[in-house]
Amino acid sequence: MSEDRHIELTDVHKRFGTKNVLNGVNLHVERQKSLVVIGGSGSGKSVTLKCILGLVTPEQGSIKINGQETLGISSGARDEVLSKMGMLFQGAALFDSLLVWENVAFGLIQGHNVARDKAKDIAFEKLAQVGLGSEIAELSPAELSGGMQKRVGLARAIATDPEIIFFDEPTTGLDPIMGDIINDLIVDCVKQVGATTITITHDMASARKIADKIAMIYEGEIIWHGDAADVDESGSAHVEQFIHGSDEGPIQTESVIL
Amino acid sequence: MNFLAFIGRLVLSLFAEVGRLSVFLKDAVVHTVAPPMYFRLIFEQMVKIGYNSLPVVGLTAFFTGGALVLQIYVGGSRFNAESTAPSIVALGITRELGPVLAGLMVAGRVGAAIAAELGTMRVTEQIDALTTLATNPFKYLVAPRLVAAVLTLPLLVLVADTIGVMGGFIVGTRSLGFNEGSYIINTVDFIEFDDVFSGLVKAAVFGFIIALMGCYHGYYSQGGAQGVGRATTNAVVTASILILAANYILTSLLFTNI
Repeated sequence: MSEDRHIELTDVHKRFGTKNVLNGVNLHVERQKSLVVIGGSGSGKSVTLKCILGLVTPEQGSIKINGQETLGISSGARDEVLSKMGMLFQGAALFDSLLVWENVAFGLIQGHNVARDKAKDIAFEKLAQVGLGSEIAELSPAELSGGMQKRVGLARAIATDPEIIFFDEPTTGLDPIMGDIINDLIVDCVKQVGATTITITHDMASARKIADKIAMIYEGEIIWHGDAADVDESGSAHVEQFIHGSDEGPIQTESVIL
Repeated sequence: MNFLAFIGRLVLSLFAEVGRLSVFLKDAVVHTVAPPMYFRLIFEQMVKIGYNSLPVVGLTAFFTGGALVLQIYVGGSRFNAESTAPSIVALGITRELGPVLAGLMVAGRVGAAIAAELGTMRVTEQIDALTTLATNPFKYLVAPRLVAAVLTLPLLVLVADTIGVMGGFIVGTRSLGFNEGSYIINTVDFIEFDDVFSGLVKAAVFGFIIALMGCYHGYYSQGGAQGVGRATTNAVVTASILILAANYILTSLLFTNI
């Protein structure tokens, strides 16, 4: 039912120069559900996410959020849409020039006009929620380990209690234990906030833990979309090859799109 | 044929660059004049651009003033005009060397720093993070730097003018035997308000150029550390060339009727 669809992409095309990166992506996420998009490097995962966020403009197609078209909207309307979203970047993308708590409170102060003192209190709460003590709040992001930076990034993503949260490769670059901790935090935080989420990853352990639904993107198209529980019986040779990490199958490294 | 294709590509890329810079300039100016303004960020940038540049600009002006009085004294002695040295030093410093040298030194110091900072923010996705936090990067990053540079450069040049004239005074009175009182009288009596004011107008334009080039090259930097390095170099080179070109244009506009 389309009324349940919180995010809906229809026939989205994106090209960089002569390279077609997205070749008609069709995808939807139901409200308060967690969709994980899997796919190899260069398959178009990140570009799909950037199209939804408005960081990249597709040449063709439709992207609806809450049933409202978001392509071609004014920058004011875009800010309104973005103020209901949170994003955890692959490298955390914390602002070097700000303290940890200022990073977490940034969206509250700039996007939601929350008073600085109140935003600081909320930032401390969110840091506690991701397992970080107040002692790190006054540090600079450069003083934190990779895992801690990811946690701060997660705290920043959930700080405004967004309706939609995006996770870009949340476990990449982390050791398996820290990766699992981040996965648990994502599941817990998303439950608390009650958000709809889209995660892109090529880490199947992460996908299995986070996802309600899984979609696989290959050469800029969604080639499989179904319940996370069904991913092992997808019937798709591409999905089979990807989840088993095999070098034999229809996915050829030569065909990877940059 | 290949040569013609090369020329064609060069012309096309030149037009593309000019077009992109024009759009960037338009967006930068619109976001600079439209509210809200980040006064705290403007003040921080004024400290970075102005206060932190004082030593390098001061030393440059001092030694230039000293060298100038030596040159003019030696040159003037060929037609018994040594006594004009203090006046010409003051004129040269306030009209030309103060703003141009301060502009070039700040282009090297600040233009490079702006390009490196924004370039690093671009490649580490911090600029994308700003957008996802419903904060316009032009308003938050570009506008404060432009405003700060335009306000600060004239102040910096005022200091450079003073120190430059003082450099000439010290060398003139200590090495060339000028009487201290007559050196000051020759300087103060000869110099006019327009001489100083024209230098300050130039400085404001140079400040705009430095911040614009630093922001533009940093904002569009790509390709990791190498890309940031390229952006930094391009920012300094283009700012320096544009300062010299703008200096000629401003000089011809400001002084052709005098």
